[in-house]
Amino acid sequence: MLTKRIIPCLDIKDGRTVKGTNFVQLRDAGDPVELAMRYCEEGADELVFLDITATTEKRKTLAKLVRDIATHINIPFTVGGGINSREDVSVLLENGADKISINTSAVRNPGLIDELAKNFGSQCVVVAIDAKIINDKWTVVTHGGRTPTTLLTIDWAKEVAARGSGEILLTSMENDGTKNGFALDITKAVSKSINVPVIASGGAGTMEHFTEIFKMADADAALAASIFHFKEIAIPDLKKYLAEQKIPVRI
Amino acid sequence: MNVVIIKYNAGNIQSVLFALERIGINATVTDDPLLIQAADKVIFPGVGEASTAMRYLKERELDKLIISLQQPVLGICLGMQLLCDYSEENDTPCLGMFDKVWIRKFKAADPQLKIPQIGWNTITGLKTGLFTSIEEKSYCYFVHGYYAGTSDYTIATTDYIQLYSSALKKNNFYGVQFHPEKSAKAGEQLLKNFLSLSL
Repeated sequence: MLTKRIIPCLDIKDGRTVKGTNFVQLRDAGDPVELAMRYCEEGADELVFLDITATTEKRKTLAKLVRDIATHINIPFTVGGGINSREDVSVLLENGADKISINTSAVRNPGLIDELAKNFGSQCVVVAIDAKIINDKWTVVTHGGRTPTTLLTIDWAKEVAARGSGEILLTSMENDGTKNGFALDITKAVSKSINVPVIASGGAGTMEHFTEIFKMADADAALAASIFHFKEIAIPDLKKYLAEQKIPVRI
Repeated sequence: MNVVIIKYNAGNIQSVLFALERIGINATVTDDPLLIQAADKVIFPGVGEASTAMRYLKERELDKLIISLQQPVLGICLGMQLLCDYSEENDTPCLGMFDKVWIRKFKAADPQLKIPQIGWNTITGLKTGLFTSIEEKSYCYFVHGYYAGTSDYTIATTDYIQLYSSALKKNNFYGVQFHPEKSAKAGEQLLKNFLSLSL
């Protein structure tokens, strides 16, 4: 049986793992390669690395880090942050990334999704969608949540799936960093409206939150950062708990 | 040991290269027929679309070369599918090593079952030395929208929407639908097993 995936996310700034609340107040959370290896050992199903510096000058450093990660871990990993072109993607894939994620650049230029899917295959294209409630509607925001758009989350999810995105990483900016649980309503609505896997992100604080997102919102995978980095929840404990809740997980 | 990864227009070649590096093997990535023929082991990876990949292989006459190989060959994901007779993906005749095996598109009645299948699923009914020291129901990482049905060549099965072949073998040709290069310890063991196969 296909299992539900648990995905730790590592936000990277200047080659270090950091974590903040609602994308601000960053705390240092250690060396990304060491942390990645620890997660592999603990049974993480995949990893996501999000480079939040992502200036042109730093991109070379990122490629080096990606190569370092690729030579150390034996599970799939996605790299995102500041990817604007086919060339950016090519460099990351050549250095061993399995998938890349795009966010703001996809909103700015939706054709980029088609271009990447055509050239590298949908399996490596993850479109990250940051969603926030604006005027009572789940709206797409960009630039790490700072810039609102006119796109409705469901419409955008349908469009990116149609353009060839292989997976959708859906982050609720209302929930991110709160530890009060995932956004069940929008995750369920997105998952129902498209036929590609949805990774739910933002708000994980307890093991029960993971049960909810899988059982009540049909997420295919759940992503979290700080609860794993700071060892508030250990992945083996979480998976054991989910198995007891009759959720298929890889143990 | 001289291990060659066939270079062509498909993804995941780097991932396979790095996975071999992690188990201490420096493989050569090449499309040079002489180097491929001279290798002890040949890996035929691939992530991508069948017709584009077949066209590329034909243009370089790699299609004939691949099926003429005498040493152990491991097709991974699209590589495995291309070793079959035919793929429904853009109506593509393939290499025909696994004769009468057709690659079909997953069709799910239940919209909850997403296509492609992405993630970790179990492998069962494990046969041959490719699976030495790998337990029944081990988890492997899959990414695919098309599948091979079961046949006499099946050496492992997986259940998604229906039961299908997650590994095939005929003579010196092996194929796996999952990605051993991304399948944690089970995947590492499989690569080690492949490298220690003798004819």
